[in-house]
Amino acid sequence: MNSGGETVVKRAKYKIAKAPGNSGILKMNAEEFAFSPNDPTSGPRLRVRFNTIGAHRVTKDGSKTALLNLLKKGEGSEGYIFEFENFSDRNICRDFVTNALERYSEVPKKDAEGPAQLSTEEMERRIKLLQEDSELMKLHKQLVIGGILTEDEFWATRKKLLDGGRKRTSSTQRVGFKSAMISDIKPLTDGRTNKVTFNLTPEIIHQIFAEKPAVHHAFLNYVPKKMSEKDFWTKYCRAEYLHSTKNAVAAAAEAAEDEDLAVFLKQDYILAGEARSKIRKVDPTLDMEADQGDDYTHLPDHGNARDGNKEIAESQTHYDQYKRNLMQDLNRHAAVVLEGRTLDVVTGDTRTVAEALARTKQVELANDTSEKNNNQERLNRVCRMTEIEDLQATREPPVAPLCIKDPRDYFYSQQANALKTLGDAAFGAGYVKCHVSKQEAYTCLRESISDIKSVGLQTSIIKAEVAFKVLNSLTHNISSTKYNLGRNNQETVLDRLPSRTRDDLLNHWTSIQELLKHFWSSYPINTDHLSIKVDRLKDAMAGIYPKLQEIKESVQSDLRHQVSLLVQPMVQALDAAFAHYDANLQKRRAKSGKNGSI
Amino acid sequence: MAPIASKLYTDDVSLVVLLLDTNPYFWTSSSSSSLSFSHFISHVLSFVNSILLLNQLNQVVIIATGHNTCGYIYDSSLSSVSSSISANESSGDAKMPAFCSEVLKSLEDFVKNDESLSSVDAGNGVGSSLLSGSLSMALCYVQRVFRTGPLHPQPRILCLHGSPDGPEQYVAVMNSIFSAQRSMVPVDSCVIGAQHSAFLQQASYITGGVYLKPQYLDGLFQYLSTVFATDLHSRKFIQLPKPVGVDFRASCFCHKNTIDMGYICSVCLSIFCMPHKKCSTCGSEYGQAQSDASTLSGQKRKEPS
Ligand SMILES: [Zn+2]
Ligand SMILES: [Zn+2]
Repeated sequence: MNSGGETVVKRAKYKIAKAPGNSGILKMNAEEFAFSPNDPTSGPRLRVRFNTIGAHRVTKDGSKTALLNLLKKGEGSEGYIFEFENFSDRNICRDFVTNALERYSEVPKKDAEGPAQLSTEEMERRIKLLQEDSELMKLHKQLVIGGILTEDEFWATRKKLLDGGRKRTSSTQRVGFKSAMISDIKPLTDGRTNKVTFNLTPEIIHQIFAEKPAVHHAFLNYVPKKMSEKDFWTKYCRAEYLHSTKNAVAAAAEAAEDEDLAVFLKQDYILAGEARSKIRKVDPTLDMEADQGDDYTHLPDHGNARDGNKEIAESQTHYDQYKRNLMQDLNRHAAVVLEGRTLDVVTGDTRTVAEALARTKQVELANDTSEKNNNQERLNRVCRMTEIEDLQATREPPVAPLCIKDPRDYFYSQQANALKTLGDAAFGAGYVKCHVSKQEAYTCLRESISDIKSVGLQTSIIKAEVAFKVLNSLTHNISSTKYNLGRNNQETVLDRLPSRTRDDLLNHWTSIQELLKHFWSSYPINTDHLSIKVDRLKDAMAGIYPKLQEIKESVQSDLRHQVSLLVQPMVQALDAAFAHYDANLQKRRAKSGKNGSI
Repeated sequence: MAPIASKLYTDDVSLVVLLLDTNPYFWTSSSSSSLSFSHFISHVLSFVNSILLLNQLNQVVIIATGHNTCGYIYDSSLSSVSSSISANESSGDAKMPAFCSEVLKSLEDFVKNDESLSSVDAGNGVGSSLLSGSLSMALCYVQRVFRTGPLHPQPRILCLHGSPDGPEQYVAVMNSIFSAQRSMVPVDSCVIGAQHSAFLQQASYITGGVYLKPQYLDGLFQYLSTVFATDLHSRKFIQLPKPVGVDFRASCFCHKNTIDMGYICSVCLSIFCMPHKKCSTCGSEYGQAQSDASTLSGQKRKEPS
């Protein structure tokens, strides 16, 4: 974090127009930057506050010169141009400036007294937000353009929205590794000589270090003590060339002669070690044979051919270590790409990159303490997995059994309300006293059964007029709304209303919420501004009552009850605000009255 | 009977599991009202017959819900006689479809068994019938049908119930309801008693079935055939009576007051209007871990991780 007290001091040249520039020292702190030339007579000293700077531009990493251009606010291209000795210095300054400017871009908003000082950028952001959200637009139109809230008041409650937009635009994504594999870098041959050219860019070197820890390790060990960087990479490319010929025997022969070259030719021992430790972490009880059915690579005509040649498994184990496996390469590459670029060093100096990478590796290793108790854990797991259930003592269930003393409580807790809904007034008197003995009751039942047996089914079970009565009452019930409600669990009351009514209700609901939010946040009223605002809000809220009433009256009678149920909480919320407003007004009047008399 | 797989089950073939309330105390007390047990049975038998006639693959299972026990009374897939009116050689009694005498015979046996299991007089009150038991039996039957293969009739449960709810069956009934919901078996209810049934109201609401309390009990057959005879597939296209919805607000266990907000036991879900030290329903004790942690320093301390 760059706190306010931090400063950055770098050597730089201050350039005016196309002139070669004036060497000196560039100092930056959170508020300002200053340039003092080494030779005080050679040119002007500078002292500029960041709040006069609008933006900054830089040249690309790796381009001819490391420039930083601090553009003045408002004006077009004019700015302060500094040239740095290297890109890392420049980038430190660039990041510092970014932070400083970000801080300043927020400050003026707080200081701003009126909407006049709103930057165009801010304005655009708001307009964009409104365009993206039609509901917000509607609310804005109603409240701000309608004169109930000022522009600032409206946005004050939506800082997060505004900030969210800003963050998205300012932070840049870190560029990851290319998804192309290093091995795709094909050597260039000119047709006439046997010379082969490899092209290694800093980018590729970084990727090689990340994907091949053994090469990385060798680089740290050999360069520059044992060999020059150029020799190192020449050897590396030689090894790559040998690999590309796929001649394991030749590779083995060369490796035997040159032990440095052997490092590149053999399989990466560091990776192999990592792989071993990963394999150790695999559940020892994993049944590989169970998966064998899924594996079809052992079938003929399956598996990947590399460069058109099939890698045929040979039994010559000696040469195996000089062979590469496409699967392994592919996996390793994928892992590195997914891991992303862990360091943020400029890919200029190979040595720095190598060292920085080594440092991050060490940190990772230190963090990875899992290895220590790994073995014990493995043993425990094996024990657990291989135990034979029949031979174990019976285990207590891991949970205490639920013991409910009287389930009737649950029933009484729900029953009352459930039955009230059905409008069953007679429920209280529902328990019919029944003073028959067991014998009587069962005899009666049995007699009924033998009754039907002897009489048989009635030829007409039901009288025509009864059937008609039943049909009538059923149709009547079904067509009434009461029975339509709750027909579908997903359907809400709102879905049953005409779409116009529904939209009106929702609109009122959002605007009431917005008004209430402003209303309640205005208390305690300690400035004239707030008191005026509250009055404005009160008037606006008072205007909503008749509108709600209007909605209620506009719907059909069978829906009116539903609508009034929806409107009720809105009215209640408004009532509460008005009650508070009145009480507070009286209090304030009493106070000011007292003040006046004294 | 042809093997199930060879039958052509379309989506309008129904398996109706009928639960008949045979609580003798309920029927003796209600005999003065418009519906006697013998009338009830004849309405139900006609209804069963019409379902079997609607589609020859339709299947009806009748389960009796007694006062002390429940039992299967009839299963049309096991019945050896056809359901036609004319076939009536099996009994020397009055003229009725053969399956009816079969039902009546089993019903008689069931009532006998139910009586033998009853220990004491019901005393005062009608008492409840074993709804939880018959619901469970119905669901078991449905599960067995589900397991016969991908092709089976669409099951639904219809409760013809009159006895008041048995609060002591709450947990069992609710478990059955949720199990029906899980297996997507609608529970229709037709309440023939004097009062609404909170159990059945919830059952139908939760499982998407129809809840109905007929106004004119002498027209029971008309209600049954109009509302409950339709197969599940055709139900999508017609308007059936549905209840207004369940008021899910609960009342507290301690004072029986209806509350909007309250305290719930995290173990047994009992509801209270105020915090308690110990749950009165399941005996769990609350609030120990946090408040006592500082005083009981020697005991279980959370290890720094
Ligand atoms: Zn209470
Ligand atoms: Zn509890």
